[in-house]
Amino acid sequence: MNFPIISSLILLPSIGALFLFFINSKNITGIKYVSLFVSIINFLISIYLWLIFDQSSYEFQFTESRVWIKDFISYKVGVDGISILFIILTTFITPLCILSVNSSIKNRLKEFLIAILLMETLMIGVFCSLDLVIFYLFFEGGLIPMFLIIGIWGGERRVYSAFKFFLFTLLGSVLMLIAVISIYWIAGTTDVEELYKLGIDPKYQNLLWLAFFSSFAVKTPMWPVHTWLPDAHVEAPTAGSVLLAAILLKMAGYGFIRFSIGLFPVASEYFVPFIFVISLIAIVYTSLVALMQDDMKKLIAYSSVAHMGFVTLGLFTFTQQGVEGGIFQMISHGIVSAALFFSVGVVYDRTHSRRINDYGGLVNVMPKYSILLMVFTLGSLGLPGTTGFIGEFLILMGTFKKSFLVAAIASLGVILGAAYMLWLYKRVVFGELTNQKLFKIIDLNKVELSILTLLALSIIFFGFYPDPFSNTYSVSVENFINEYNDKINNYNLQNQ
Amino acid sequence: MINLFYISTEIFLSLSILILLLIGVFKNKSELFIYNFSCIILLVGLAININLNPEFPIDLFNNSYKIDYFTTLIKSVILISAFLVMLCSLNYVKQNDILKIEYPILILSSILGMLVMVSSNDLIVFYVGLELQSLALYVLAAFKRDNILSSESGLKYFILSALSSGLLLYGCSLIYGFSSSTNFDLIYQNSESIEYGIIFGIVFILVGLAFKITAVPFHMWAPDVYDGSPTSVTVIFAILPKIAALTVFINFLYGPFLEMFDQWQAVIIFLSIGSMVFGAVAAIGQKKLKRLIAYSSISHMGFALAGLSVGTNEGIQNSIIYLIIYLIMNIAFFCCLFMLKRENQYFDKVEDLSGLSQNHPLLSLCLMIILFSLAGIPPLAGFFAKFYIFTAVIEQSMYFLAIIGLLSTVIAAFYYIRLIKVMYFDEQKEKYDLNHSIGLKMILVISSTIILIYFTNPNIINNFVLDITLI
Repeated sequence: MNFPIISSLILLPSIGALFLFFINSKNITGIKYVSLFVSIINFLISIYLWLIFDQSSYEFQFTESRVWIKDFISYKVGVDGISILFIILTTFITPLCILSVNSSIKNRLKEFLIAILLMETLMIGVFCSLDLVIFYLFFEGGLIPMFLIIGIWGGERRVYSAFKFFLFTLLGSVLMLIAVISIYWIAGTTDVEELYKLGIDPKYQNLLWLAFFSSFAVKTPMWPVHTWLPDAHVEAPTAGSVLLAAILLKMAGYGFIRFSIGLFPVASEYFVPFIFVISLIAIVYTSLVALMQDDMKKLIAYSSVAHMGFVTLGLFTFTQQGVEGGIFQMISHGIVSAALFFSVGVVYDRTHSRRINDYGGLVNVMPKYSILLMVFTLGSLGLPGTTGFIGEFLILMGTFKKSFLVAAIASLGVILGAAYMLWLYKRVVFGELTNQKLFKIIDLNKVELSILTLLALSIIFFGFYPDPFSNTYSVSVENFINEYNDKINNYNLQNQ
Repeated sequence: MINLFYISTEIFLSLSILILLLIGVFKNKSELFIYNFSCIILLVGLAININLNPEFPIDLFNNSYKIDYFTTLIKSVILISAFLVMLCSLNYVKQNDILKIEYPILILSSILGMLVMVSSNDLIVFYVGLELQSLALYVLAAFKRDNILSSESGLKYFILSALSSGLLLYGCSLIYGFSSSTNFDLIYQNSESIEYGIIFGIVFILVGLAFKITAVPFHMWAPDVYDGSPTSVTVIFAILPKIAALTVFINFLYGPFLEMFDQWQAVIIFLSIGSMVFGAVAAIGQKKLKRLIAYSSISHMGFALAGLSVGTNEGIQNSIIYLIIYLIMNIAFFCCLFMLKRENQYFDKVEDLSGLSQNHPLLSLCLMIILFSLAGIPPLAGFFAKFYIFTAVIEQSMYFLAIIGLLSTVIAAFYYIRLIKVMYFDEQKEKYDLNHSIGLKMILVISSTIILIYFTNPNIINNFVLDITLI
């Protein structure tokens, strides 16, 4: 038995949180340093994991398996080329969140950092669990810290938003729980690797797919169950919004790849038109809604819905480009949306306003900020040379293979995306300085500058040189598509 | 003599009750002594009970009383929880002027009644046990004599309970009439052909038992009685009679009437769905914590019944795990209620929790864990309790029950997180006292920790029930 590297990745933040629990809450610097230290160590471990990860194999690696509930469920974790990227995204974003609390969180800092670290444990757990029940535990467990993050440290309507977030997500996922238990009785196991081999009887697949879909659709979020997201984003503190946009939404996208498509290929094929239609609605409709927002966070939240619409579109093309594009878009959106929420947080901390009309002319007083925000805006609208471009481009390529019409409508979303992002940028950064409060606004401090620069550099670097990501997932995706096609072909042969 | 040896727990309890009564009558100011001594008696009873655990089932007194692993386990659970309840409510009892010699003695006698109920293998013995525990509980509900709410709750409980006992007794007589025996084993042998008389009898008995565990539609008394009784009695109501009555449910349905599974399954499913949904919906508007926990316990009993409606050993085992986790969560919740006091005045309104997290971070942390667990959010123990139940339910393809149950947990989650909202998001109020007894603090911290870390090794609790095979 080798060193359990995945389990230590999962457990380390929790141990850090436990340690924080015993530190006196007045010792603010100590608390910050401990949590930052823990999260950076975790990031380094995940990078090490990435380095020793064998990119030429599609098998799950570093798997650990242990009996958990006797005769019932084992604790099983492992990574493949797809999940490892999400783990790195998580461990990369979390230290930045912890850095950002300096200016945005005023009270109960210790509890906040404990919640963030627990969240990290749960998020990493989601991406490496190879057992449906373990996955469900991590997936649902995230509700508790996120509910508290929104509810305790949120804005004015935090109670409404926290409740909406909690109940929407819970309602979606109880059906998934029923599906997980049903799979146990239908197939005799909840081990994902076993289930890939065994396959699930096609006659059950449609219902099970719908049950999983109900959970992932709420979390993604897909139209029409996206309404909790703008509320949650607007009211959550900066670090909470960042975690929500960058990682929580990706849990559902990852769930679509790993479970919906992986376990129920026949049903996925069956529901493709359905997914395409609601993805297109999400892309076009929420883009239009984003155009009309006068709250910066809300605008970015709606743009997240649109971008996740691209992701589901790409994943359900079942082409190499589409799926790779979907994964890349998720990683890219994870970085870009995190950056955008950090940027909004920066000005919000200074003026306590998120209304776009209260800004204008920031370029005169905050030049560094304006440059960085430009990078993020361009990354979000998918300018070539940023990560956003690669994802959207691949997705559209994959979609064209399937259907010209769908791709044409989806392209409309790219144009609308450019429209609302550039208009946002114009209204916030350019123009005359009119608001009195903005005259004395200070440009980025060192911490903010380093967070945003790091994010901007990674957007541009991976935009020009996406190979580190694409090399990691390409073999896994190729195998994923092949297995999918094999299963569909088998099914069609049997039915002839 | 061997018969007497195997019921030495019950004999020990009865003798202790008599001796304590004598001490109480002849010695002045012996209330506290009797209270503390009763706690010790419960522990000794537990030790005796565990030592008696027989390797194979034993039938006593012409087959009217039975001792096996299942009854021993349930009796131990009852004795432990009674001990914990008495330990954590000591300060409350002292400060509310209900520390009289009768108080601990009544608790002990109701425990004795429960032990008899659990072991009974005969309708008459079962009825005697049931009445012994109920009679003691009537008095306990009305123990705060000068308080109008308490008297009302005692009277209400007495009248409705008497009605349900009447129905139950009528059911017993019907069963006796149609199977010509009161012994469970003989009923099983004699009732091979299904007769309407027996089905009616079963339904009447189920109504009587459903009343005891507050299953909808026989729940009406619960909110008023929970609210009116002293909190130290409410915690007994919320835990002990439910364990005993649910065990009788199991003994009864999976004993003499196992063959009529198809007939009674619908009744249990009806009770279960009604309780889950009603308990979840009705609790939303409650302003008092005790009424809220009454509705919540109605809902939880619905889940335990869902496990019984399955008709498999897994279903029974999972129901018992559910009960054990339920009682841990409830004891912990009531510990929190006992801590909400300021200068000997106790608070039990939802608004009294407002801003608790600012003044009492540890207490509110524990309460938050308990509430999330009651709501069934992973990875806390309450989630696993529900998870096991639904595993058993879905095994028998009863998707309808599973979906209704899980949707009702979403509704129920609303009022649990409302409490968390009040504690964590609202403005703070005055501080509460901090001078709690060590026992109370220990019970709260240990039970919250168990709830929190149950997921690390679920087998510790699960192993207890694996040997229970009734079918």
